[in-house]
Amino acid sequence: MIFSFDLLAEALIFGLLLGCFYAAVSIGLSVSFGLLDVPHVAHPAVMILGSYCTFIVAGWGLDPIVAGVVLMPAFFVLGVLIYRFYYESFEKRGTEAGVRGLAFFFGIAFIIEVGLILVFGVDQRSVQAAYIGSSWALGDYRIPYRMLVAFGVALVLTLALTIYLSQTFTGRAIKAVAQDEPALRLMGANPVRIKQWAFGIATAVSALAGAMVIIVGPVEPAMDRVYIGRTFCVVVLAGLGSMTGTLASGLILGISESIVLMFFGASWAPAVAFGLLLVVLGIRPQGLFGR
Amino acid sequence: MNFTRRKVLGAAGAVALGATLPGRRALAQQGPVKIGMSMPQTGSLGAGGQAALVALRMWVDDVNQRGGLLNRKVEFIAYDDQTNPANTPGIYTKLLDVDKVDLLIAPYGTVPTAPIMPLVKQRGLMLMGNFSFQVNAKVQHDMWFNNSPWNDASSWSDGFFAAGKKAGAKTVAVLAADNDFAQNLANGARTLAKAANITSVYDQNYPPTTTDFSSLIRGIRAAKPEIVFVMSYPNDSVAIVRAVNEIGVGPQVQLFGGGMVGLQFTPIMSSLGSLLNGITNYNSYVPGMKYPGIEDFLQRYSKKAAEAKVDPLGFYLPPFNYAIGQILEQAVNATKTLDQRKLAGWLHGNEAKTIVGPIRWGKDGEWAKARVVQAQFRGIVDKDVEQFRRPGKQVVIYPDDYKTGSAITPFDKARSAK
Amino acid sequence: MKFWIGSAVIVLAALGVALSPINEYFFFAAFVVLTFVVLATAWNILGGYAGYVNFGTSAFFGLGAYSAVVLFKGLGAPLAVQIAAGAAMGALLGFGVGLLTLRLRGIFFAIATVAVIFIMETLMINWRYVGGATGLQLLRPEAMAPFTSYTRMLFVVMALMAVVSVAVARFVQTSWIGRGLRALRDSEEAAEASGVPTLRLKLFACVISGALMGAAGAPMPMYLSFIEPASTFSLNYAIGALAAPMIGGTMHWLGPVIGAILLASLQQIVTVTISGEMNVLVIGVLLVLFVVLAPEGILGFFKRWLKSSSR
Repeated sequence: MIFSFDLLAEALIFGLLLGCFYAAVSIGLSVSFGLLDVPHVAHPAVMILGSYCTFIVAGWGLDPIVAGVVLMPAFFVLGVLIYRFYYESFEKRGTEAGVRGLAFFFGIAFIIEVGLILVFGVDQRSVQAAYIGSSWALGDYRIPYRMLVAFGVALVLTLALTIYLSQTFTGRAIKAVAQDEPALRLMGANPVRIKQWAFGIATAVSALAGAMVIIVGPVEPAMDRVYIGRTFCVVVLAGLGSMTGTLASGLILGISESIVLMFFGASWAPAVAFGLLLVVLGIRPQGLFGR
Repeated sequence: MNFTRRKVLGAAGAVALGATLPGRRALAQQGPVKIGMSMPQTGSLGAGGQAALVALRMWVDDVNQRGGLLNRKVEFIAYDDQTNPANTPGIYTKLLDVDKVDLLIAPYGTVPTAPIMPLVKQRGLMLMGNFSFQVNAKVQHDMWFNNSPWNDASSWSDGFFAAGKKAGAKTVAVLAADNDFAQNLANGARTLAKAANITSVYDQNYPPTTTDFSSLIRGIRAAKPEIVFVMSYPNDSVAIVRAVNEIGVGPQVQLFGGGMVGLQFTPIMSSLGSLLNGITNYNSYVPGMKYPGIEDFLQRYSKKAAEAKVDPLGFYLPPFNYAIGQILEQAVNATKTLDQRKLAGWLHGNEAKTIVGPIRWGKDGEWAKARVVQAQFRGIVDKDVEQFRRPGKQVVIYPDDYKTGSAITPFDKARSAK
Repeated sequence: MKFWIGSAVIVLAALGVALSPINEYFFFAAFVVLTFVVLATAWNILGGYAGYVNFGTSAFFGLGAYSAVVLFKGLGAPLAVQIAAGAAMGALLGFGVGLLTLRLRGIFFAIATVAVIFIMETLMINWRYVGGATGLQLLRPEAMAPFTSYTRMLFVVMALMAVVSVAVARFVQTSWIGRGLRALRDSEEAAEASGVPTLRLKLFACVISGALMGAAGAPMPMYLSFIEPASTFSLNYAIGALAAPMIGGTMHWLGPVIGAILLASLQQIVTVTISGEMNVLVIGVLLVLFVVLAPEGILGFFKRWLKSSSR
């Protein structure tokens, strides 16, 4: 393998952009799993569902990002329904049902994946846009525009959600319900409705994340499996409940993956997220900034 | 040849009946001759597979109009393996034990075919190959007959390296998918490069699920190779072509391409359009090559393909799949049996006449004389399917028998050439 | 005693069927069903008895398969040795995963086991000796007499393995080990406090579970005459091994058996009649239905009968 500082620099830049993208696709999970303790292993599958919906909507002539934004309200409703169902069937019945709740979400993930195969087939799908296919020439470096676009959207999304959770009333209620549910109940707020709302937001964010996934590269139904590793790695490394932590750990993952890709080959890159996840779980399960 | 009384009487009866009813042959009460296969109709090879199926079904219709095989109707069964090698053992077991087929055709492509080679060898069955590369090398089945115009890595890479050397290239970068096809080809290519005194400056395998090639292309660029030999499957080929156009491979590259599967499928060619320019890649047939009966076939094929909404040009696979049918027909008619050993014996000792020319096989079941070409894409414009019918869009640079021009080098210059 | 008589009857029946002239495809499909019986039973030892949801069945299964390939390719080892190797490697991996349980519960443990699958798969992708991502064609030896085909022989071998794994699960369930596992499933802290050796029990469950899963994976390369990482480490094994006990019932060793036979047979029928994708849909839908509506599985409907018979 050729090592040069030029290559390293390019790998770092690419890793930065990739990392922010990973942060954005994980932020929905940061809310649903990190804050609400829902074992949402179907999060990547819902996100890929968002990618396919973006593919359809973009096919009507819309820019993919606009398509993603357009899908957000529908996915919000989907999120509320999923949470409601999960709450009624499992959370209400106590901790024994926790194991079954996990199995439930695994089942949902599979159903979504197979549903996508039945409707779209196993072929790869991608979207067209002016910024997909060309790159920004920065001296000797070439930075693909699609990565810049994903980076930009990701940054905006992460900042918006962080501000929402810390500055608005409902946002702070969501954080409160994560920290101390009984206290919140005593204060007269309904924690179930707050959690429902939060889960809806997390799912709506996944729709936009899905749009970014299909901008960055082609998608196929089985992609949710590799994203389980990436999203959970980011969320666990960050520590449950930390939004800014998500950005930081996303960057760590992105840069690690980019360096491994550059210097060790494409055959090791898929394992970086899972390897990092295992290491974090083994050494410091509460993550870097966790509660 | 075994002449049982029943067969003789049956043949006589058929002739008599045939004589009395012109144009309508008596189809025997033995039931149809079942020919079965799995074909990748979705997944990476899907676009090619669908076109190939149209051609095969055309042959089935043609042969049934002529009275079928051994005076029995031919029934054709094809499943979709989704280009997934894990699916083919189960599908072929089902074809043999549940559908009870008489003759087997391999799926299109090395990757779906590799898993069933041990199975057919162990069961002593003949298998008609379908555009796979060196898939029989390890198993060494003596009842394997391929339909593809290449035999070993030399037949494939010689032209590519020859063109590179003519441009003065001394270094090569090898980028290969980690699948049966690309690995077989890459192993051969590496040895040939050494023999031709070309130094390897970059050699990477990538897992078949890779979708983002920008890092790999960056690595290639940094290594400054003069030849870039890519061995890839359709999904990756498309992604690599896009990545090359997105970030570039560097000004010193003379020749790019070589073994990229998928750049011969019409849907991919028309969707990539001008991105293809300058790439030198292998092909089995380009307009202008003279094969007996192929023009007539392509015309008929175009109509059927339009109905089925698949590849309307049908250059790469369909003629060779129709040829499989012709090969089977000739072998069965010559031996008057469906016995696998006898059919294989006949094919090893005789020449089959097909719309892609006469074919003879070597001991390993590959063509005795290779006919694969290397052609350079030039002057391709976007969103135009019909342009590919015209000669000059794919200039054949090797071998001499079919040559229509020389490669334009370096790669960047070829990309803007008309 | 009834159990052992029943087991012997089953093994003899399998042998009889294998020697009869039934259509070959039956054995091709039945082998997969029996594989899932073993996987589900093994899963339940850790998942049902101890409450640790292992979503990494595919890692153990795949490790068993690749161990068999290495021994077959390198030494030409016979099937029995391959299975032993698969079990040994599965046990080793099980020990490693068991150590993980020191720190992790619930979803964290489950996600860690998923990570193990992908890491194992990536290791095999990068190991050229076993074929990398390309895979390996394998020429299996002739079937031993009196079997007419290798697949029939594999069917009987797998039937034997199913009986053995159920015997092991039954032993664990009815012994003090089972009591200890149930105690730690209900409350690990309380069990520790009352002197139950939780770590040793968890390690034991992980090792046994892993060994059985590894053994189940070992015949797979011979079954297909081919091996490659993506399908060998497929998540389908993980979800099947988890869904079968959830559907059949996790309290008793009969649950995984019933669930696996039901689920896997349904899948095979769907594959032959409808399509390959539909069969994964079958697992997903049945899993969700049972987990939501019938948490105790099919056995839950026969609770009273079971309580009186499991001594």
